[in-house]
Amino acid sequence: MKAIIDIKSLKKDYHVGEVTVHALRGVDLEIRQGEFVAIMGASGSGKSTMLNIIGCLDRPTEGTYLLDGVDVASMSKNESAMIRNLKIGFVFQSYNLLSRTSALENVELPLMYNPIIKARERRERAIAALEAVGLADRMGHMPNQLSGGQQQRVAIARSLVNDPVVILADEATGNLDTRTSYEIMALFQELNLKGKTIVFVTHEPDIARCMTRSVVFRDGHIIREDEISNRLYAAEMIKALPVEEE
Amino acid sequence: MNLGNLIKVAINALKRNKMRSFLTMLGIIIGVASVITMLAIGQGSRKSIQDQIASMGSNMLFVMPGNMRMGGVQQGSSGSQRLTVGDVNAVRTECDAVIAVSPEVRSSGQAVYGNSNWPTTIYGGGEEYLEIKSWKVVSGRNITDSEAKGSAKVCLVGRTVADELFGEGVDPTGETVRFKNIPFKIIGVLGEKGQNSFGQDQDDVLIAPYTTVQKRILAQTHIQSIQMSARSAEESALAQTQVEEVLRRTHKLREDEDNDFMIRTQEELSTTMTSVTEILTILLGAIAGISLLVGGIGIMNIMYVSVTERTREIGLRMSIGGRGVDILLQFLIESILLSVFGGLIGILLGFGASAIVEALTSWPISVMWGSVILAFAVCTVIGVFFGWYPARRASSLDPIDALRFE
Repeated sequence: MKAIIDIKSLKKDYHVGEVTVHALRGVDLEIRQGEFVAIMGASGSGKSTMLNIIGCLDRPTEGTYLLDGVDVASMSKNESAMIRNLKIGFVFQSYNLLSRTSALENVELPLMYNPIIKARERRERAIAALEAVGLADRMGHMPNQLSGGQQQRVAIARSLVNDPVVILADEATGNLDTRTSYEIMALFQELNLKGKTIVFVTHEPDIARCMTRSVVFRDGHIIREDEISNRLYAAEMIKALPVEEE
Repeated sequence: MNLGNLIKVAINALKRNKMRSFLTMLGIIIGVASVITMLAIGQGSRKSIQDQIASMGSNMLFVMPGNMRMGGVQQGSSGSQRLTVGDVNAVRTECDAVIAVSPEVRSSGQAVYGNSNWPTTIYGGGEEYLEIKSWKVVSGRNITDSEAKGSAKVCLVGRTVADELFGEGVDPTGETVRFKNIPFKIIGVLGEKGQNSFGQDQDDVLIAPYTTVQKRILAQTHIQSIQMSARSAEESALAQTQVEEVLRRTHKLREDEDNDFMIRTQEELSTTMTSVTEILTILLGAIAGISLLVGGIGIMNIMYVSVTERTREIGLRMSIGGRGVDILLQFLIESILLSVFGGLIGILLGFGASAIVEALTSWPISVMWGSVILAFAVCTVIGVFFGWYPARRASSLDPIDALRFE
C-alpha cells in the first residue's frame, strides 16, 4: 500500500516571548493507505502539534512532509488551504457545526470552497455523505435538533464529502458517552473497512484498540509504535454494554 | 468561494440574527433617510423662493432713483425726481439687451365701487408693463399703447381688489371703479400671483396707464421707477451695464459723479434669497451626514462583535479550505449588504418623509436624484470602509487558535 503520509525528521518550535518551546523534536512517521492510526500521548506531548501539521494547519520548522506524494511542508497559506479542501477531512471533539444551518448545508460547506464543484453536484455528494453516516432522515435538521452523536455523524459526513485521502479526528469521541462513542467508532471502523485512511488522536485506550496501529508521543518524540494485535470491534462492544434503562 | 455563494452565506448569517441586523441597519436607514429628506427640504424651500421671485417678473431689472447730492447735502432717494419718461425712451432705443421696458408710477388710495371700498395701490405702466411683471390677463385685455400715452381712464384689477369690491369670483370687466374720485373703466382682470416672498399680497393692485396716474392722480412729470426685462437671464448683467451707460448720459453725470439711480436685477435678488437656503441645506445635510457616519460606526462595531462571536466558525471554514480572502470577502459582503439594504430602506423612507413634509408645508419639495445616488454610493463606501477592519481581522486569524477559541 502506498504511503499517504510520509514524515521525516520533523521538528516544530514555538516562540513564546523569549522562550522557545520544542513541541516536536524530530519525528518520523509513515502512514499507509487504509491504516487507522491512533495517536496517543499526555497533553503537551506534541500530538496536537503533530495533527495540526498533518492537517496542513501548521507548518513544520524543519523536516519533510509528503502528503499523498506532494511536498506540503513549504506551501503558502493559500496553497495549504487548497490542500485541506481537497485532501483532508477534519473531525473535531466539539463537532464545530455551524449553528442554525441544516445538516445538509453543513455537509455541503467544504465543497463550497471548491470552485470546480457546481451546486447540483455539491448537493448530491452531501446527500450521499449523510446517507453513508446513517442520517438520511435528518438532512433538514438544525444542529440543535440533533443529539451529540448525530452531530458528530454530521461532522463525519462533512469530513467525507470531499473524498479526502485522510480523515483527521481530534478526540472525536471526547464529548460523547460510552455507548455513543462506540457507535461513532463503529462508523469509523466501517469507513476504514471501505478503505479510508484515518488518523485519530485519543487518550482512551479502549478507543485506540479499535484501530490498526497506535503511535504514542511523549515530549515531542514518538516513544512507541505498535500494530494492534487483538483489535476490538465497536459494533460488538455495543452489544456487550448493559441494556439502557428507558 | 464564488460571489453567488458568498452572498448567500452572508444573507444567511444576517438572517440568523434578524433583530441585530435590523438594529444595525437602522443607523444607516435613519442616516440615509435624513440626508435625503434634509436635502429635499433644502431644495424645496430654495425652489419655492425661486418660484416666488420668478413670479415677480421675467428676467426683470429695475431702476430706482438713487441718492443724490444737493450742494453737498445727501438727499434720500425717495424725493428724487430724476427718472423720466425720456429715460425710458432712451433705454428702449439704445439698450439691445433689454426687450421690454416700462415706466412705473404708483399711488396708494381707496378704490370705491357702489357702496364698497378697499384700500389698495394703483400702479401706472405702459403696454409692456404686464409682460415685464409676469402678469397674465385672465379676462378682458391689456392696456394699449395709445391708452398708455393718452392718459385713458382705464384699469386692470387684481383678484383681491375684484373680490373685495365686486364679490368673490365675480368678473368686473366693463364696470367702473373710482380711485381718488377718478372713474376708471375696468378693461381686464389680472391672474392670481399670491403672496410674494415678503408676505405681501401681489393681487391687491390696480394697473392703469402711467400717464393717467402721473397726470390725474399724482400731478407729476417724473416717474418712480423703470421696469425692464432682459432678453435672457444670462444677459441681465449686460442689460444692467447698458442701462447704466444710457442713464449716466441722459442724466449728464460727470466721470467722477456717483450714479443718482440704482439698478437692481432679479438675479441679484434671487441670489441673495437662495444663498440663505443654501447655507441651511448644507447645515441640514451635514447634520444628516453625521448621523450616517454614526450608522457606519454602528456597523463596524457589530461586525467586530460578529467576528469575535464566530471565531470558531472562521477556524472551521479555514480548516475545510477557506482561504484568507474567502473569509475577508464573507465578512466584507455582510457589512456591505447591511449598509446597502439599510441604504435602500433609507431611500424609500426618505421619499416618504419628503412626501409628508410636502403635504404639511405645501413647499414644492423634490427629492434630488443626485442625493439618492450619493446616499447609495456613500452606503456602499461605508460598508466597505467600516467592514474592512473587522473582515481583515477575521481573515488574519490563525485557524488553530480560532478552532480552539472558547
